[in-house]
Amino acid sequence: MSFWIEALICLFLILGSLFALVGAIGLYRLPDFFTRLHGPTKATTLGVGGMIIASMIFFGSQGDGLSLHELLITLFLFITAPVSAHMLAKAAMQQRVKYIEKTQGKPWDQ
Amino acid sequence: MLAYVIPLCAAIVGVAMVLNLLRLIQGPDMVDRVLALDTLYINALALIVLLGIWLASDLFFEAALLIAVMGFVGTVAVAKYLLHGDIID
Amino acid sequence: MKRWRGLPHPWLSLVLWLIWPLLVNSFALGQVLLGALLGWAIPLLVKDFLFEVPRLRHPLRLLGYLARILGDIVIANLHVAKLVLGPKSRLRPAFIEVPMALENEFLLTVLTSIISLTPGTVSASLSPDRRTLLVHALDAQEPARLVEQVKRRYEAPLLEIFECSPM
Repeated sequence: MSFWIEALICLFLILGSLFALVGAIGLYRLPDFFTRLHGPTKATTLGVGGMIIASMIFFGSQGDGLSLHELLITLFLFITAPVSAHMLAKAAMQQRVKYIEKTQGKPWDQ
Repeated sequence: MLAYVIPLCAAIVGVAMVLNLLRLIQGPDMVDRVLALDTLYINALALIVLLGIWLASDLFFEAALLIAVMGFVGTVAVAKYLLHGDIID
Repeated sequence: MKRWRGLPHPWLSLVLWLIWPLLVNSFALGQVLLGALLGWAIPLLVKDFLFEVPRLRHPLRLLGYLARILGDIVIANLHVAKLVLGPKSRLRPAFIEVPMALENEFLLTVLTSIISLTPGTVSASLSPDRRTLLVHALDAQEPARLVEQVKRRYEAPLLEIFECSPM
């Protein structure tokens, strides 16, 4: 494996894990449920996406041809993450979860 | 270089999972816990992908795909249960 | 619009045909043929459960749109990362109602997913008459500008690319 390919894999791995960490930090420290929802839906999904790209490059450079099937996981995550976020947001509004006071606007009754 | 970067990334994802776990324990609401579990699933998937690269084995792809599918189905099922008190309607 | 009964959803068939060889990670002839068989059989078996997908008018522009969204996802992530790591007083969360001009179920699903993935917003609920979408934004300076941006940047191209009548 050439140096540059290895460097590229490392770059994607580190970026991916940092985004996953940002998602988790968001989940841990943001003040209410609706703001917490943003971390996992965006950052974590992109983080795993970055790692999977790294994995694709890695297995592609191993010699047995292009390895594209990891793309399916990324695709699946990008399709499902908004759906589960939407379901959770609806459930949260139905349960009347508290939100911080400076939030503009109001949630709907489900 | 990969020999150093992969353990580092595993450590970062591990810290992320600990934060998720804290949120899972803390709550305060049911939906927070479900969200924490969902994130935990996705981070576990990231760890499995890392393990696949570490061992240079293609076999972990199926495990990662299964975790992705199961995590999604589980989250949606619990969210629907919280929403309607029923999963299949 | 004319539909061939033996192949009710040509685009879905094509996608399934592509996914099967990817799933087994082999583009051998046998797998490609099996993929073609699955791509033909699965839409036929489940066609009663699928909703109508409007006809694609500009396939090339769809690719450009997807590329732009991919770029936006990365930018939105950097923005969210900055907000998450910065002081909590910088957050300006808001519930915003966005009126929807799309009618088609499939396009609505696509648009709500794109809104959730991109500009610091999560779509939270759709009104029963499907005219309004409730969106939660993490950093909304002016809700009106955000609504305008969503409509111009994400909704208008969808209306153009797919063949559907705006209300």
